[in-house]
Amino acid sequence: MAYSDKVIDHYSNPRNVGTLDKSKKNVGTGLVGAPECGDVMRLQIEVDEATNTITDAKFKTFGCGSAIASSSLATEWLKGKSIDEALAIDNMEIVEELALPPVKIHCSVLAEDAIKSAISDYRVKNGLPALELAHH
Amino acid sequence: MLKLPIYLDNNATTPLDPRVLEAMMPYLTEVFGNAASRNHPFGWAAEEAVDYAREQIAKLINCDPKEIIFTSGATESDNLGIKGVFEMYSQKGNHIITATTEHKAVLDTCKHLEKLGARVTYLPVNEQGLISLEELAAAMTPETILVTIMYGNNETGTIQPIREIAKIAHQYGALFMTDGTQAVGKVPVDVIADGIDLMAFTAHKMYGPKGVGALYVRRKNPRVKVTAQMDGGGHERGMRSGTLNVPGIVGLGKACELAMLEMEADTARLRTMRDRLEKELLTLEESYVNGSREHRLPHVTNISFKYVEGEGLMMGVKDLAVSSGSACTSASLEPSYVLKALGLSDDLAHSSLRFGLSRFTTDEQIDYAINHVKEAVTKLREMSPLWEMFKEGVDLSKIEWAEH
Repeated sequence: MAYSDKVIDHYSNPRNVGTLDKSKKNVGTGLVGAPECGDVMRLQIEVDEATNTITDAKFKTFGCGSAIASSSLATEWLKGKSIDEALAIDNMEIVEELALPPVKIHCSVLAEDAIKSAISDYRVKNGLPALELAHH
Repeated sequence: MLKLPIYLDNNATTPLDPRVLEAMMPYLTEVFGNAASRNHPFGWAAEEAVDYAREQIAKLINCDPKEIIFTSGATESDNLGIKGVFEMYSQKGNHIITATTEHKAVLDTCKHLEKLGARVTYLPVNEQGLISLEELAAAMTPETILVTIMYGNNETGTIQPIREIAKIAHQYGALFMTDGTQAVGKVPVDVIADGIDLMAFTAHKMYGPKGVGALYVRRKNPRVKVTAQMDGGGHERGMRSGTLNVPGIVGLGKACELAMLEMEADTARLRTMRDRLEKELLTLEESYVNGSREHRLPHVTNISFKYVEGEGLMMGVKDLAVSSGSACTSASLEPSYVLKALGLSDDLAHSSLRFGLSRFTTDEQIDYAINHVKEAVTKLREMSPLWEMFKEGVDLSKIEWAEH
């Protein structure tokens, strides 16, 4: 399969690989996917509670090049965004940015799920109700 | 300078040996006759070349030259052998025994015959990839006409206990066929000592050209016959019609001759290189060899690297031409059915690489491959949440994954 230059770039030089301290109250963690399906993404956000702004984002992904690129791109986009702005990220924006082929759209869906799941975790930790997460 | 990418997918196909090409060249140019043209020198020259190739092939597998039926390759030979026996021996019975790890050319042929009234037993394999002789004996019935079990597996290189299997088949009055595609020319195959009644094999897995193969069909003790699957001029003793591919056949013959001359030296060299590659890659934690390490073709290793995903791994080893699963199924994302038959979970099957070395593989290429794979696996594990969890002692099987 031919990968786009952007996928290859994110795969070769992934941004923000790593782990945030999940015990901190202002860190939200999303773990989505399943090993049998061939991809698992863990995406974490650190939030400045005063401004409701995402100050840091990290990921680790088990998956194909497109899955790694989707989550790497997501962490880049999340930094500096407000929670509401982050919630508005649509998987099709990732598809367009990375020029993902149809068989790889699920990677972008997973990345969007990971963002929402991390935000939901952050909300629950801070006494807010969990988000209704769509299951794909 | 090392040329990249490095070809280590020799179970899919091998490069043509220059000596084979040299032998073929005259038959692609001036000696163009039809081997079936009996009434002029053009035909005679072609027939002579074909007869010589038959002898070269016969020597390699210890059969009579007349027992070689030329085909377009191993897939056709598998089809001709299995379908041909099913039709020819339909009076005797309709039961065929094979194994779950066979090539699709065997499995899909058997499935096709099931629609035509065959009863097929698909024997399971153990974690080494070997069938159980007890289960084979238990599956035999008076209606069993054919046992077809491959010699060496294309994905793992596992070699089945061919002689014992043949004995059991014969005890119950059935014929024994083997798909020798990966084994012929790589390990000693002797149809008499092994008790093989039919055997499919092909030129392009042993440094010969693509598009030519053969089916060995025993002529005595017992005399085996197969019903032709193509109608036409009655070539190849009526079993396979179609003008003979003279240059291809000459190439197959030359490839067999070279294999016979060089097998011992090649095997020693390949085994040393393969073992070094394997030993080095197994220094990576949580890496496992798939299939039997004891009963195995000398040039193959199949290794799973836990906690990295197969497609991502393939992208990471872009300087190597290797495959995950067999070449025929690597276009889909389905994990290899062969590895699953060995009891591997989907994720371990997904994260496997198959290395197939050749006569032309060098030590320098193996050095490069070792470093390249180690780097890729290490990098992907640093990026893998599963690896991190494993390192923290989390039991991944206890996690409730959100299926998608």
